[in-house]
Amino acid sequence: MAEMTYRDALNLALKEEMRRDPSVFVLGEDVALYEGSFKVTRGLLAEFGEERVKDTPISENTIIGVSVGAAMGGLRPVAELMTVNFALLAMDQIVNHMGKIRSMFGGQTFLPMTIRMPGGGGSQLAAQHSQSLETYFMHCPGMHVLYPATPADAKGLLKSAIRDNNPVIFLEHELLYNSKGEVPDDPEFLVPIGRAEVKRPGDQVTIIAYARMTILALQAADELAGEGISCEVVDLRSLAPLDMETFLSSVRATGRVVVVEECWRTCGLGGEIASRIYDACFDVLQAPVKRVSGLDVPMPYSRKIEKICIPQVEDIKGAVRDVVSGRY
Amino acid sequence: MQTRLRMVLPDQELLKLYEQMFLSREFEERCAEQYAKGHITGFLHLYSGQEAVAVGATAGLHRDDYILSAYREHAQAIVRGADPRRVMAELFGKATGICKGKGGSMHLFDPSLNFMGGYAIVGGQFPISVGLAFSAKYRGEDRISACFFGDGAVNQGTFHESLNWAQLWQLPVLFICENNFYGIGTEVHRSSALASIHKRTCGYDIPSEKVDGMDVIAVYKAVKYAAEKVRESGRPYFIEATTYRFRGHSMADPAKYRSVAEHEVWKARDPLPNFAKQLLEEGIATQAQLESIEARCRQTVDEAVTFAEESPWPEDSSVYEDIYV
Ligand SMILES: Cc1ncc(C[n+]2csc(CCOP(=O)(O)OP(=O)(O)O)c2C)c(N)n1
Ligand SMILES: [Mg+2]
Repeated sequence: MAEMTYRDALNLALKEEMRRDPSVFVLGEDVALYEGSFKVTRGLLAEFGEERVKDTPISENTIIGVSVGAAMGGLRPVAELMTVNFALLAMDQIVNHMGKIRSMFGGQTFLPMTIRMPGGGGSQLAAQHSQSLETYFMHCPGMHVLYPATPADAKGLLKSAIRDNNPVIFLEHELLYNSKGEVPDDPEFLVPIGRAEVKRPGDQVTIIAYARMTILALQAADELAGEGISCEVVDLRSLAPLDMETFLSSVRATGRVVVVEECWRTCGLGGEIASRIYDACFDVLQAPVKRVSGLDVPMPYSRKIEKICIPQVEDIKGAVRDVVSGRY
Repeated sequence: MQTRLRMVLPDQELLKLYEQMFLSREFEERCAEQYAKGHITGFLHLYSGQEAVAVGATAGLHRDDYILSAYREHAQAIVRGADPRRVMAELFGKATGICKGKGGSMHLFDPSLNFMGGYAIVGGQFPISVGLAFSAKYRGEDRISACFFGDGAVNQGTFHESLNWAQLWQLPVLFICENNFYGIGTEVHRSSALASIHKRTCGYDIPSEKVDGMDVIAVYKAVKYAAEKVRESGRPYFIEATTYRFRGHSMADPAKYRSVAEHEVWKARDPLPNFAKQLLEEGIATQAQLESIEARCRQTVDEAVTFAEESPWPEDSSVYEDIYV
C-alpha cells in the first residue's frame, strides 16, 4: 500500500499496463509532450516514446474512429478525450461505430479499447465545460461505463478496462484528481468491472452513489451518524453493467434508499436505479426512493449559483432525514 | 486511348476481371429481383454500373491489404472473396449470413479476407481505415488500408480529419473516392464548392489523381501504382474514380432527378460490354468463352439465392449474442 492521489493512481495504472502489454498505446490531444491537460499521462512519453504515446489533432470523432480501427487491427488503444464535454463531437464514432461494430458484424471482431474522459462540474467552468454525461453512455449497449471514486478504484478499474476486450468508457472526476488514498502496490491488483462496493456499512438507509457523489455521501453518512442515523453507502463504480445484486441486497436490508447523481435528473441514472429497485423489491421499501440530482439547467458560471446545481453534502443529509422521518 | 490489354495483365487475369464484373452485376440484378419479391427488405443500395471500380481496385491491391467501404459494398466484398451464398443469406436476414443476419446489406464484414466492413454512416469508415493503417504500421505489417467512399462523403468532418491525420502520422491509407456524381438526389456541384474532388487533397499535401472509373484497366493501373506508392512511402494517396450508378440511390429511389440523356451517355460506357468487346477484339477470349463465364456467374448467383432461401432464420436468443466479448 502507498498513499497517492487519484491522478497518480491513474498514471500508475497506465504505466503498469503499458509495461505489461506492448499493444497498449495512448493517444489524445496534448497527452504526450504536454503530458495531459490534467497531467494524468505525465512521464509516459519519456518512458514509452513517440510510437506509443501519441499527440493527436483536435479531431475528437477521429480520435475515437482511429482507436476503433487500431483495436480492430489488434492493438489496445487508450484514448483520452480532454474532457467528457468534447465526447459529444465523437458520439458518432462512440455510439454508431464503437458500440455497434461487434454486434452488426456478427461477432467477428472485438474492440479492446478504453476512452478516458475527465468530467463533472464544480470548478466554475460554465455550461460547456461542466457536464456530467454518464447516462449518455449508459444508455448505449455495446460498451462498459466505469466511474471511480477513490484512488484505489481508479487504479484497479483502469487496469481492468485496459485488459478488457470490450470498449470501455472510463470517466474521471476532475475534482477528485488531487484526492488521496491508499493504493495497493501489486501490479496485478484489479478491480472487477460490474462490481459495486459497500464503502460504508449501515442499517437504516442505503445511499447509492458514484464517483465524487460517493465521497460526498460518505461525508454525509459520517455526519448523520452523529445524529444517530446509520447509512450504508454503496459506490456503484461500474455504471454499465450495473451491479444490481450489491445495491438490491443493501436495499433489502435497510428498506430506505437515497440515490445521488451528479447528472441532470431527467432521464438520469437515479430514475433508472429507482425503477429497478421498485421492480425487484417494492415490498421491502418503507419509503419512496429519493433522488438527489444535478439541477436540470445548463451549468451557470458564478460559484454562488453553480453550487445550487450540483448535489452537496447538505442535500444528501436532507434526503436521508426525509426518508427516515417519513417526510417525503 | 485504350491500352492493349495484354501489355497490362496475362489473359487469365483479364478474364478474371471480366468474371468478377459480371458476377457483381448479376448478383446486384438478382438482389433487385429478390427485393421485389420481398425476400430482401430494408435498405438496398445496388452497385450496377460501378463494377470497374471495385474490380479494378481490388486487383491492384494485395490480399493482405485492408478494404473498407460504405453501404454500397456487395461487390467489394464478393470481389475480395466473400462467399456469394453467405452474402445473399445476409441480405435475406438468415442465420447463415456473413454476419449472422445482424448486419444486412449495408454491413458486410469478413476479417479472414481483410474486408473490414461496410459502414452506413456516411464518412464513418474514414477514421477506422486510418486506425487500421496505424495498427499495421505499429505492428510492422506489410499492408495498407484501402478506404472506398462516395462523392457525398467528402463533405463530412471525418473526411478532412482523416486526410489530415493520415498525412500527419504518415500512415499507409489509399483513399478511393467513387464519384458517381450524386449523393442520393444531390449532384456534386450542388454539394461541393470544389466539384473536382481529387483537388481537395491539396490542403493536406496528399497526392491525388483522377481516373476513368468505367474502365477497369485504367482503375487497376491507377490503384496498383497508388498502392505501391503508399506501400513504399508509408503515406496516403488519393484516387477519384468517376463512375455512374445505373439504378437509383436505393431501391426506394426512382432517380427522377437524372435526365434520360445523361443516363444514355453513361449507359454507353457500361464497363461490362465495353470490356467484353475489348477482350474479343484483342483475341483474348472467344464469344463462347465469355458466354461460359457468364453462365458460371449466373449459376453462382442461382446457388446463392437457393442457399439463402433454404437457410434458417436466426434464433430469437441470438439478439443477446455477440454484443460483448
Ligand atoms: C451521416 C449520414 N448522413 C446522411 C445519411 C443518409 N445518406 C445515405 S447515403 C447518402 C448519400 C451519400 O452519397 P455518396 O457518398 O456519394 O455515396 P453513393 O450513395 O453515391 O454511393 C446519404 C445522404 C447517412 N447514411 N449518414
Ligand atoms: Mg455518390
